[in-house]
Amino acid sequence: MISRALMRIAHEILEKNKGTEGLCLVGIRNRGVYLAHRLANCIKKIEDKDVPVGSLDITLYRDDLTLIAAQPVVRKTEIDFDINDKNVVLVDDVLYTGRTVRAALDALVDFGRPKSIQLAVLVDRGHRELPVRADYAGKNIPTSKKETVEVRLTEVDNIDEVVIVEKD
Amino acid sequence: MVWTRKDLLGLEGLSKEEIELILNTADSFKEVSTREIKKVPALRGKTVVNLFFEPSTRTRVSFEVAAKRLSADVINIASETSSVRKGETLIDTGKNIEALKADIIVVRHNASGAAAMLARQVNISVVNAGDGWHEHPTQALLDLFTLKEKLGRIEGLNVGIVGDIAHSRVARSNIWGLTKLGAKVTVCAPQVLIPPAIEQMGVHITYNIDEALRQADAINVLRMQFERDEGTAFPEQLEYFKNFGITEERLAKAKRNILVMHPGPINRGIEMSSEVADGSNSVILEQVTNGIAVRMAVLFLVSQGHDKKYENTN
Repeated sequence: MISRALMRIAHEILEKNKGTEGLCLVGIRNRGVYLAHRLANCIKKIEDKDVPVGSLDITLYRDDLTLIAAQPVVRKTEIDFDINDKNVVLVDDVLYTGRTVRAALDALVDFGRPKSIQLAVLVDRGHRELPVRADYAGKNIPTSKKETVEVRLTEVDNIDEVVIVEKD
Repeated sequence: MVWTRKDLLGLEGLSKEEIELILNTADSFKEVSTREIKKVPALRGKTVVNLFFEPSTRTRVSFEVAAKRLSADVINIASETSSVRKGETLIDTGKNIEALKADIIVVRHNASGAAAMLARQVNISVVNAGDGWHEHPTQALLDLFTLKEKLGRIEGLNVGIVGDIAHSRVARSNIWGLTKLGAKVTVCAPQVLIPPAIEQMGVHITYNIDEALRQADAINVLRMQFERDEGTAFPEQLEYFKNFGITEERLAKAKRNILVMHPGPINRGIEMSSEVADGSNSVILEQVTNGIAVRMAVLFLVSQGHDKKYENTN
């Protein structure tokens, strides 16, 4: 399911942006980065063009730094290309409250002024708390707030799967 | 690994894992200073007070830049211009800063243990920016960070510390940090500048600079603190340079890629020649750049440890 969904998203990204001109992908840490690299591979297969891929850590932009119980680990942000006047596709695994995306938008505009920022997610599980929507979604999965959606990827989890877990 | 301390007082009390957490966090923060907009909102709305009872430019400026790149508000208090001159005690000053609802005090004081004493008396975070001859943890952390960045590891490295070991908090903090992370440390100085019982900290002693250089992957050259000279045991400047100064001739006999570090400010022609200070082995200015990332990491982590503390009391 994951590879087919990513291939479809890659096609949609190319359709909407009319090719790879000015296109770049930025994955949100942690799993969004792996998904962004996979999308870049899909685009390479379709168009035979390379698009730059960056990674974004949003820890320092969170609105709940003082609230969360588990201390977040600050990871590296690596965007070694110019995003000014580019069409930037943000990539994440799960879209839920929209707060991560809000933080990512704040972080991204500190790097420049893109022509547009679009959002691609593997799973949209609903329950938005901010006015955020995905431009590309692999699958809409209606969930309860008592559940969590876990995306597992071979790069880190040795398996490709999406599972819904009941919170205890 | 989670950071739980509200303060950073020294490296002696930290575990290997805590030191590594700071270094890894600093590694992530380094990129912020390369952005067009060199700022992240992590400490937005927090107030950092630099409380300096000793003259300092580079450490204070480095802390100030670090705090500002985290979006904190920064207030500088220097003892020459504050009520300290009217006889206010360190604790009173600290409690007043706490009453102003500041979040972090960065303190430098000429008495060993001053930061620890202040940390016990206030609930807000305290970061030691140098206390007497005791510790200067952020300097040692940035030295460790630079070593790891340049040489890829710390464990197993041979590191020489050259110069006034006796009066140096930088040396002490470095020895704690390096030995905890598995480096082999050799200290080198004239006999009068080696403190008694230093070998109990797990270091090797030599009085011969060429011997110190022979095996070293890096040397950390300390500043000769002539302002602390009370007319007793200090060697004469030219004599020191002749016997212990790092020159190109001496480096030629060392490992080719040896790193030359110095916490600054350099006395050119005393601890090392200008050619060495500006040469290809020198990483002195990279240390300054890395100092910002390390201090950002420290301010961020203690503010997180601080938040947890309040949560627990609610």
